[in-house]
Amino acid sequence: MENKKKLVIGVIGADVHAVGIQILYHAFEDAGFDVTNLGVMVSQEEYIAAAVETDADAIMVSSLYGHGELDCRGLREKCNEAGLKDILLYVGGNIVVGKQPFDEVEARFKKMGFNRVFGPGTAPEETIKYLKEDLGIE
Amino acid sequence: MKPILMIDFGSTNTKVTAVDLDSETLLGTAAAYTTVQTDVGEGLQEAMEKLEEKIGKLDFAERYACSSAAGGLKMISSGLVPELTAEAARQAALGAGAKVMKVYSYELTEDDAEEIEALKPDIFLLTGGTDGGNKDNIIQNARVLAECKANFPVVLAGNRTAARTCEKILTEAGRQVIRCENVMPKFNELNIGPAQAKIREIFLDRIIKAKGLSQASQLISGIMMPTPAAVLAAMELLSRGTKTENGLGELVAVDVGGATTDIYSMTDGAPDRAGTILKGLPEPYAKRTVEGDIGMRYSAAGIAEAVGIPMLSQLSGLTEDRTSALLAEITTHTDSLPDTDEKKRLDQALASMAIKVGITRHAGTVEKVYTPVGEAYVQSGKDLSRVDKIILTGGSLIHNAPDTARAIASHALYDMAEPASLKPRNAEILIDTQYILSAMGLLSQYAPDTALKIMKKELTSYGTAK
Repeated sequence: MENKKKLVIGVIGADVHAVGIQILYHAFEDAGFDVTNLGVMVSQEEYIAAAVETDADAIMVSSLYGHGELDCRGLREKCNEAGLKDILLYVGGNIVVGKQPFDEVEARFKKMGFNRVFGPGTAPEETIKYLKEDLGIE
Repeated sequence: MKPILMIDFGSTNTKVTAVDLDSETLLGTAAAYTTVQTDVGEGLQEAMEKLEEKIGKLDFAERYACSSAAGGLKMISSGLVPELTAEAARQAALGAGAKVMKVYSYELTEDDAEEIEALKPDIFLLTGGTDGGNKDNIIQNARVLAECKANFPVVLAGNRTAARTCEKILTEAGRQVIRCENVMPKFNELNIGPAQAKIREIFLDRIIKAKGLSQASQLISGIMMPTPAAVLAAMELLSRGTKTENGLGELVAVDVGGATTDIYSMTDGAPDRAGTILKGLPEPYAKRTVEGDIGMRYSAAGIAEAVGIPMLSQLSGLTEDRTSALLAEITTHTDSLPDTDEKKRLDQALASMAIKVGITRHAGTVEKVYTPVGEAYVQSGKDLSRVDKIILTGGSLIHNAPDTARAIASHALYDMAEPASLKPRNAEILIDTQYILSAMGLLSQYAPDTALKIMKKELTSYGTAK
């Protein structure tokens, strides 16, 4: 088994956008990560269970339907509770409703315990760049 | 004529089944009552005498046996996350025909270790972590097991990167360790076959001797398996068929016993409705679950607890007081037979509810979810709604008249009161009137075509329940 960094990815909440997560899966795999794709309609508990079992380095939360803020609340606390204290949490997509200034949105999600927050239209390459930085690869 | 004998060593019965391989027919069956104290050889002797009375003395070419005597194959398993590796480990043990006494998740504690010592499992199945995933948990659990005083072998089927360390910890403590592939090598990928093969090997090598079946084993040419594993094999054969003989397709089988109710389903259980999102572990085609609190005698109180006395009273037509009184009686006198009209009615009610509770717990569920882009369906577990055959076996079910059996079996079906439960919509009821399923499971290992043909002939259709 190679020592690849391990990611758990999925679309949170009652969100059924299935295409984007497939694209991310392939992008992260191609970038050399070992990816567990939970697909759509993923609950916080499912991310955590998968991260515990696979000993993941990061949880990547996607949300495209605008309810991300509600869905993501408490995820960091639950990770801490499950013993995933240092796990990286990323979130990206159309994570809030309406046109809100991104810096405000980013600040709110960072306060919720997310390490990185990405707005709509972010290319996978950008996320991968930050992942490598945060996980100390290259 | 080439007669073959199949023997089923049970906890209260020794059953023998004779078939002729040449004509592919069932020659006869017989059973003898045995107790924990009875020597297994005596039970077999008595059953053989009864069989000879029926079909005459035969020179059997082969003798195969399965066993659930002395508590069956008792197992404890452990995994990491309850819904993931711990569940995979449970499925592995159940599918191997084990009686699963306990399933632990996360780290084993000293209290757990004491409990394990007290439960004295025949085999411990140690899992946890996907390959390359979490290592700490399984290594910690190996340490706890190394300290356990009871003597049991450990099947190690967890994260492969931790396997060597776990093996070393356990071997150094003098414990027998059998390593095999991970029950969940990748997230949500079930791989229970290798662990089951090892469990069966240990059962053959070790457990049979320990349970005093070795005296009888001199008479037996082979294939000793736990009885539930034999029934599972029979059901899988009946469903899938062989190269030359068609099977019956998707089916569900129910075995309501005195202490437990076993449910078998043969279907991939994939969603029936397009666009349904599946949650949870992938399901094995051949799945067995056991309800330890649901049974006709030892666990009759469990049925009452699950559905309530009023329900049993309504079904049996007895008053609630009379229902309670009779329940108390049969739970204390577990060998009591339904010899009065009242007891018959209560037994029918109990069997109906045992089937209902067992299938409801076995079947998957579907939930309608409203999302901002419209409705979606989320399914967990197996969808049995398409399954159109239900096989009933076990002493409490096979002796009923067709109408009664059909009425009892109808409780396995979809119920409007529980719309989320994915139970069969309507199904043909087939009864194992000759009580041959475990024997056919044994035979399936040797002559699958014959076993399949005999099952198709001997299972009696009691019509369609709606």
